[in-house]
Amino acid sequence: MTAPAGSPARPPATAQRLIATLGGFGALAGLLIFVVFTGTQPRIQANKAAALAAAINEVLAVPDRYDTLYVAGAALSRQLPAGANAETAEVVYLGWRGDDPIGFAIVANGPGFQDNIRVIFGYNPHTAGLLGMKVLESKETPGLGDKIYKDQEFVSQFTRIQAPLVGVKEGQGDGKPTELVMITGATISSRALIKSINATLERVGPLLEAYRPRESP
Amino acid sequence: MSPARKPPAAQEFVKGVWRENPVLVQLLGLCPALAVTNSVANSLAMSAATFFVLVGSSLLVSTIKKIVPTDVRISTYILIIATFVTVADMLLEAAVPAVHKELGAFVALIVVNCIILGRQEAFASRNPVGRSLLDAVGMGIGFAFALTLMGAIREVLGNGTFLGQAVFGPSYEPWVIMILPPGGFFTLGVILLVFSALKRRQEARTKGASVPVTAREAA
Repeated sequence: MTAPAGSPARPPATAQRLIATLGGFGALAGLLIFVVFTGTQPRIQANKAAALAAAINEVLAVPDRYDTLYVAGAALSRQLPAGANAETAEVVYLGWRGDDPIGFAIVANGPGFQDNIRVIFGYNPHTAGLLGMKVLESKETPGLGDKIYKDQEFVSQFTRIQAPLVGVKEGQGDGKPTELVMITGATISSRALIKSINATLERVGPLLEAYRPRESP
Repeated sequence: MSPARKPPAAQEFVKGVWRENPVLVQLLGLCPALAVTNSVANSLAMSAATFFVLVGSSLLVSTIKKIVPTDVRISTYILIIATFVTVADMLLEAAVPAVHKELGAFVALIVVNCIILGRQEAFASRNPVGRSLLDAVGMGIGFAFALTLMGAIREVLGNGTFLGQAVFGPSYEPWVIMILPPGGFFTLGVILLVFSALKRRQEARTKGASVPVTAREAA
């Protein structure tokens, strides 16, 4: 490594000076990052909570309130399972209107055309009906795959469909309540969405059906 | 022999905006220029983050240039740049979470943006703080100009909107390819072509003006 052409020649620095320079700047960098992290984290967490609340409101048609339930083995629990991490534990949200439970909001994740598609959907286990769907994260192709959340006609189907979902091409369905008309030109993204919702319901569906909100802990 | 005279301080600012524009002339920072300019909002957020990192790093590098041993100067510059990038990343996530999510890893990748390390090594480490600041501000504005221009062209043609507001009527069929990766290359290619033509015209005019009157008459 040579010195910049414009700078005057300087005697070589000792190893201690090199270590002290890098160590000193490293410590200052760490301190600055810590200060900014501490200052911005409350806002970042509040943004995430607001985004989650907005998504739950959307898929459960604005509940009065919602409970966070943890998937603890073969049951749902209001308490975080022993030894589980609150950040990574699998959760579902139970929405209430007055004193009546109206359904669960569940997050599903599955591979799409470009990357994973993360969605949240509302589900009533007693009618096996979906209540709504919102895409939380997606990198599907703009103009094509992104219609899974931009095409309102497609999105609105999730408010009146029954599980398990069956994807059909436009004009080819039998009119069954489980049929979801896929988007022309975004068949892979539509199928990915259907597959991840069905897989999630297959896994947590029995837990939702078995959960008794007024009796469970 | 007397040392080379430095250009006026204002020139340090202007050169980055136009004559030595980092994207359109030096062809640096092309990765973010192609990747995040599918909308004006993304272009502006990336420009703001890069501007913050560039100006902050240049100020600091120029201030500490005499106390940093030559052997560890690059490591120190990278440490400083990475710190500013981490700060910019957290500030963006707190202030505009939706845009931060759209930009994804490209905010963190500002660390390896060659414009920033290049300005530290080529300018801030050899010049006083004031000039380094002007240079960084000029380069930052030049980068923002190029990204916003690309973002505007791609969003208007590819989505029919500008900053999310519809520009054309409902009958407009968006050119979807413009917000896809090939659209980035098309747009950059066309802008570079226009920029190069403008530069050549300006050079020809300057040359013409510098020819003595008698020589022109003789011709």
